[in-house]
Amino acid sequence: MANEPIIRAQGLTKRFIVKKKTVEAVTDLTFEVDRGDLVAFLGPNGAGKSTSLRMLTTLIPPTAGTAHVVGFDILKRPADVRARIGYVGQLTSGSFAQRARDELLSQGAFYGMSRSAASRRADELIESLDLTAFATRSVQQLSGGQKRRLDVALGLMHAPPLLFLDEPSTGLDPQSRANLWQHILDLRVQHGTTVFLTTHYLEEADRYAERVMVMDKGRVIADDTAAALKANLAGDLLTLGFASAADAERAVAVVQGLTDRDVRRQDAAVILTAPEGDALLPAAVRALDAAGIRVSRATGVPPTLDDVFLALTGRTLREAGEGEPSDETEESDAAGDAASVTTGAQS
Amino acid sequence: MTTRMEQDQARPDTAVRANVARDTWNVLTRELKPVARDPFTLIFSLVQPLVFLGLFAPLLIGSSGQPVGETLQWFVPGVLVMIVLFGTGATGSNLQYEMMTGSHERTLVAPLSRSSLLVGRALKEIAPIVVQALIIVLIAWPFGFTINVPGLVIGLALLAVFGVGLGSLSYTLALKTKNREWLFWGVQQTLIFPLLILSGMLLPLDEAPAWMSAVATVNPVNWVVQAERALLAGDLGAITVLWGWIAALVLAVLGLWAGVRAIRKSS
Repeated sequence: MANEPIIRAQGLTKRFIVKKKTVEAVTDLTFEVDRGDLVAFLGPNGAGKSTSLRMLTTLIPPTAGTAHVVGFDILKRPADVRARIGYVGQLTSGSFAQRARDELLSQGAFYGMSRSAASRRADELIESLDLTAFATRSVQQLSGGQKRRLDVALGLMHAPPLLFLDEPSTGLDPQSRANLWQHILDLRVQHGTTVFLTTHYLEEADRYAERVMVMDKGRVIADDTAAALKANLAGDLLTLGFASAADAERAVAVVQGLTDRDVRRQDAAVILTAPEGDALLPAAVRALDAAGIRVSRATGVPPTLDDVFLALTGRTLREAGEGEPSDETEESDAAGDAASVTTGAQS
Repeated sequence: MTTRMEQDQARPDTAVRANVARDTWNVLTRELKPVARDPFTLIFSLVQPLVFLGLFAPLLIGSSGQPVGETLQWFVPGVLVMIVLFGTGATGSNLQYEMMTGSHERTLVAPLSRSSLLVGRALKEIAPIVVQALIIVLIAWPFGFTINVPGLVIGLALLAVFGVGLGSLSYTLALKTKNREWLFWGVQQTLIFPLLILSGMLLPLDEAPAWMSAVATVNPVNWVVQAERALLAGDLGAITVLWGWIAALVLAVLGLWAGVRAIRKSS
């Protein structure tokens, strides 16, 4: 059991029928996640991230394929899966009519905790997620950041070995986002929780996830550490400036001799993207000096995951998100409509 | 790997199993928390029945020419059913709001039996119904309404069963209309006024044309109103009481059945 991956998905596929047309939201999703990992699904809105998460958390049954989560089949043993996972959805987990602390206590009861254990745990989380001042306020009265921290507290109430977070920091200001992440990382260190999240924020995936699965149009198109993805798929953007376009033209030939990547001239500058650009840049400057071509400016910009996405799909993440006909919320709508057709075993 | 194994052994699997009774109790107590925290919301939602009691009853008294006490004896049971019809009949909107804001989804991922999510909510409706009905009765009392204690107790029980049924149907409607709030209110409002008028709650149906009487006979609200009138008058053995109970029980069974079905499909 212990050596088994905590998530094992095989060929997970979800098709919705939207306005009599079949839409394939997720196609043939196959992957494993080991215990203790911090994994992110990165992709634009409508890429199928939430739908994947909703299948793994037993909210919607897959059209095809299967998955084992915390050792149990999501279709055959959904109740066992639910008892052992934490889930922070895209929206607000707390009911607007309830007080923050009351919701934590109810959540504890839902997961079979005794009243005293739930009370202790609630106070612990209230303290560690900076909710003390708002614990007796109704959820409705909380700010966006406070609501989100309560969502995370609710997801962690029963100290699940696996926590799913769907777009945890959407709508948060940078400060709240950083705070939230600090809490998630702390809790992970304390409890060894496996964290699986979706995000369309590059920085978030880049900075916190140990493994990034890039998703686009329902498929995982890359799966590696952020550093490896950037090194292998994008590379640093190098720009060398010269006094004239003629100098630049001559420089292209020299620089091209140092790399197999495509070197282009733009006005009086030479541009290329290359892995390990930090090493290539000084080498290029020296080579150009030796050839008698004076470099007037030189910049090297390390790649972002957006460059990775661009390299993989030919679109930037932002373009991809805007171009999609359906966003994730519509997907969940469709999920409800389609559920009558495909409802699987539920307790 | 060995350290992981040790960790797993150190933390035994204490995961909870779904249990309908316990889960229903947990859902019920959660639903009651906002009411217990802020009981004034119950008083607030009494405004409408109080308006009917204060502004409609005098008209009835005037037009019937009967003594105040007798008119109240006829009218108050109808107001009690009205509380259920308007209050409980709209309760689905709370669930719909929670579906839109996200907390319903959280409860679907929690290890709760699906039926408990509906039954717990439906049972919660009993609390406001009983409190509000008692307030109305106590307000009508000094004006000449006579309270028959056994009749009132059985009458409240009947209202509770009726409320569980109507509440479940309201939740079913919310689950079926999902994020379309306008559809929920559209259907709810379309149904509620015919049910109200064809129950003889506000005006007697004695003078109604034949087709209206015919429709009223199949209106369960009508049977519940008549049963409440008999019960609150102390006529516990009246045949209308039996019919009222049958109507309320059938509605409760149908409502719970439809609601549990709907919530199993919820995502």
